[in-house]
Amino acid sequence: MAADIRPKRPFRWHIAIFLAPAVLVYTAIMILPLAGTLQLSLFRNIEQHQVFVGLDNFRTLFGDPNWSVNFWNALRNNVWFFIIHMLVQNPIGVMLAALLSSPRLRFAAFYRTAIFVPTILSFVIVGFAWKLILSPLWGVAPHMMDLVGLKSLFTPWLGKEEYALTALSLISVWQFVGIPMMLIYAALLSIPDEVIEAAECDGITGLSQFWKIKLPLILPSIGIISILTFVGNFNAFDLIYTAQGALAGPNYSTDILGTFLYRAFFGFQLQVGDPNMGAAIATMMFLIILGGVCVYLFLVQTRLRRYQF
Amino acid sequence: MSTATRSLPRTIGAHAILLTYTAIALFPVILVIMNSFKSRAGIFGAPLTPPTPKTFDLIGYTTVIGQGDFIHYFQNSLVVTVASLFFVLLFGAMAAFALSEYRFRGNSLMGLYLALGIMIPIRLGTVAILQLMVASGLVNTLTALILVYTAQGLPLAVFILSEFMKQVSDDLKNAGRIDGLSEYTIFFRLVLPLVRPSMATVAVFTMIPIWNDLWFPLILAPSEETKTVTLGAQLFLGQFVTNWNAILAALSLAIMPVLILYVIFSRQLIRGITSGAVK
Repeated sequence: MAADIRPKRPFRWHIAIFLAPAVLVYTAIMILPLAGTLQLSLFRNIEQHQVFVGLDNFRTLFGDPNWSVNFWNALRNNVWFFIIHMLVQNPIGVMLAALLSSPRLRFAAFYRTAIFVPTILSFVIVGFAWKLILSPLWGVAPHMMDLVGLKSLFTPWLGKEEYALTALSLISVWQFVGIPMMLIYAALLSIPDEVIEAAECDGITGLSQFWKIKLPLILPSIGIISILTFVGNFNAFDLIYTAQGALAGPNYSTDILGTFLYRAFFGFQLQVGDPNMGAAIATMMFLIILGGVCVYLFLVQTRLRRYQF
Repeated sequence: MSTATRSLPRTIGAHAILLTYTAIALFPVILVIMNSFKSRAGIFGAPLTPPTPKTFDLIGYTTVIGQGDFIHYFQNSLVVTVASLFFVLLFGAMAAFALSEYRFRGNSLMGLYLALGIMIPIRLGTVAILQLMVASGLVNTLTALILVYTAQGLPLAVFILSEFMKQVSDDLKNAGRIDGLSEYTIFFRLVLPLVRPSMATVAVFTMIPIWNDLWFPLILAPSEETKTVTLGAQLFLGQFVTNWNAILAALSLAIMPVLILYVIFSRQLIRGITSGAVK
């Protein structure tokens, strides 16, 4: 062994001391509870005792119609929530970033700052402000649509089963568009001038320059944004809870996994809270997020070429 | 100068799109703040006009300040945010220094372990976190929130800070070692001041989600003494559904401190994002 040949170095205590606080807090408050939650999903409270029941909670979650209907509904809604973000938030973010990064653009700092404002606000503010704006009582939204002659299209979107989830997704898009914008903007700024100049020498300018030169170079950032969106969406809770309450009305049409977990864990109205079922749902969310992250790490990231300048 | 003439319509187009989007982004915020200074008749009669002397009214603000214990909630939020921030920055910087400065067995494994938390949200462990807090008697204390937020903020802080600490010159640290400085002095006296700008970036990134979080205050500390301003606003808004003056005033009071801080620090935040730390 190498240790026999090399003189043994004294144990470097300072490394342990530097690492200890972070590792201890992180392990105790994050990793162990996460593991504990996964473990809890395999137990059930029978006569005040936690009894190991294997995968029974999951069988209930998928087999018992009381649970499975809600679970699949929440999952479906969550997927739609994510699709809207990918289709609306990220393209708008990329477009704004592309416009912002155009050289010699005046007021770029102002636009950047202003468009990022919704991102720093809390869900409570965002949810309530939009609830007021879309409320037929106040009449701001119908009034504004009247100005462009579209008043007939107005309905109380948040109150209709078929529109509520889409409306909430768009509100969430409105709030978070600043994040893809900033990250893409950073990526666009890091493209060296020589590459752009070479493209211009070849006569590639404007839109075709964006599609052919810049977009391939920012694909890694778009990948990161997609996975951040995925994790954020499948973990979302606050906006739905603020705007529609824990019952995710109307008629559960805006229920996503976060609100479903909250109701299962704490109970609501007639339903009694059940930590074990809550843990089972959290485990499912964990597996979904882990799956997404793995797809990203092993399929997407390895295929995207990173250009080192 | 043919390029200049050709790009003029394009410039105008770019400004048009950006202005439109800026308007969309700011409209709800401006609308809420504007209407919070109006009387009830003004709010409903002409929601889109700024307050005039006729419609100007502070009734909403007097209701909010008279009813909710907002000053107290505000203090709670401030204590939780500042304390969590302090621990995230201190512990995060220490761990980042250990990971970026020393070669030891398990270094990259430790880095990976700490980075796990960037992708896996701490919320999924809520069930067990609540049990832990109940068992240790920390439910309904600000300590519980501070601990959770410290754990939540650490992964990203360690990740970003260790990227920056790698850039600190080795010669400087070695010069310090030759002069007989201990590793602790090197960290606190030499390295920390040099990475101060990146600490500010991490601070902003850590601060916003903590200040705005609703989930953990709702679950771990919902009592009257420990409510944060986000939770307080949520409950207050739920109670005063029909009092539009009070709701708009409460929303404005919740928006303004964040907005003011943002305007002061936005340059720092944007420089942090665009400096490539999060690439």
